[in-house]
Amino acid sequence: MTASRSRAYRQAVPRLWWLRRRSYLLFMLRELSCVFVAWAVLFLLLLLTAVGNGRVDYQRFLDWAAKPWVIAVNALALAFLVFHSVTWFNLAPKAMVVRVPKQMLALAPKAIVRRLPEGRVPGWLIVAQNYIAWVFVSAIVAGLVMWSGS
Amino acid sequence: MADTITLLVTRYRPDTEAEPTIAEYEVPLRKDWAVLDGLNHVKDQLDGTLSYRWSCRMGICGSCGMTVNGEPRLSCATFLTEFAPGPVRVEPLANFPIVRDLVVDIDDFLRKLPTVKPWIVRHVDWVEDGEYLQTPDEQSAYQQYSMCINCMLCYSACPVYGVDPDFLGPAAIALAQRYNLDSRDHGGADRLDVLVHPEGVWGCTFVGECTRACPKGVDPAGAIQRYKLTAAMRSVRALLLPWGAR
Repeated sequence: MTASRSRAYRQAVPRLWWLRRRSYLLFMLRELSCVFVAWAVLFLLLLLTAVGNGRVDYQRFLDWAAKPWVIAVNALALAFLVFHSVTWFNLAPKAMVVRVPKQMLALAPKAIVRRLPEGRVPGWLIVAQNYIAWVFVSAIVAGLVMWSGS
Repeated sequence: MADTITLLVTRYRPDTEAEPTIAEYEVPLRKDWAVLDGLNHVKDQLDGTLSYRWSCRMGICGSCGMTVNGEPRLSCATFLTEFAPGPVRVEPLANFPIVRDLVVDIDDFLRKLPTVKPWIVRHVDWVEDGEYLQTPDEQSAYQQYSMCINCMLCYSACPVYGVDPDFLGPAAIALAQRYNLDSRDHGGADRLDVLVHPEGVWGCTFVGECTRACPKGVDPAGAIQRYKLTAAMRSVRALLLPWGAR
């Protein structure tokens, strides 16, 4: 057996293995999205620095940010960031198993208890909470921006 | 429906061949025949030199994992009619060295498995108290992960394991969780170092193919993500409470 193992054939992983399956491709795109997350952070830091440096610098930053290639990169970054966030939210129910305490289950109507297998909060509800929190935080940020702008 | 189907089976005879080849066999296409029945027909009637692993024929022993038409499947639970009119590609599991024909070398997994201590670890052992009792709720906390049959389909489906063979891998981590979540077990801390190693849970980038490939509904991807959360919480707690209470 040892002799045949030493002659075992090592199956090579093809260079383009990630094009073989949709899930592999999505995974690679998600990995790539970290570059755009870094870009978004850098862009924000540049913006803050420009604001800190006063009106002239800020105007220069705005002119630069209005260049077609910067807009194109930002549009691409937005798409990747949304993709990154969505996959992150979809992961949440995998990482979190939320069980309803027994005492609460005993009080809850039967129709609801039936929808909680083994007292577990269903995955879609955990995902939904993430989206609700996302919308809520976005609304606060948007509110702050508009309030400070007025 | 045609009464035969073609199997395109990977052959690798290390004594005479430098690399695998493909052999073509015509086998009866019967409604109740799985791919494994087709291979048994080849072995019994057409070519007795074909090598492959199998045992129970009922999805329990985990021996007969193969790549069927590109997907990691249990050949005993994959019916030929699914691929009619054929042909059906039958290859060894991907990501493992091929020993012969459809037999792969799983030593790497067998080396990794004991490092996660997949057994009940007790630091206090009161034998005279009798068996360790468990409520149905406590049992359901880990039962899903206990369904693993070590069939290696998840390793075959995992691109991370393919690219980085040092990765601990889905089944070993799911089995570690099976014991971590067991109310009778005290070994969580003993498994921590192996699991939080860069080649442990953090090696996983959540492709999710392991869960899709699993024939027993174990959800190794879920087990890994859950442990990532556990490990992260431990780190945060250690940072906030460096003087103890971990």
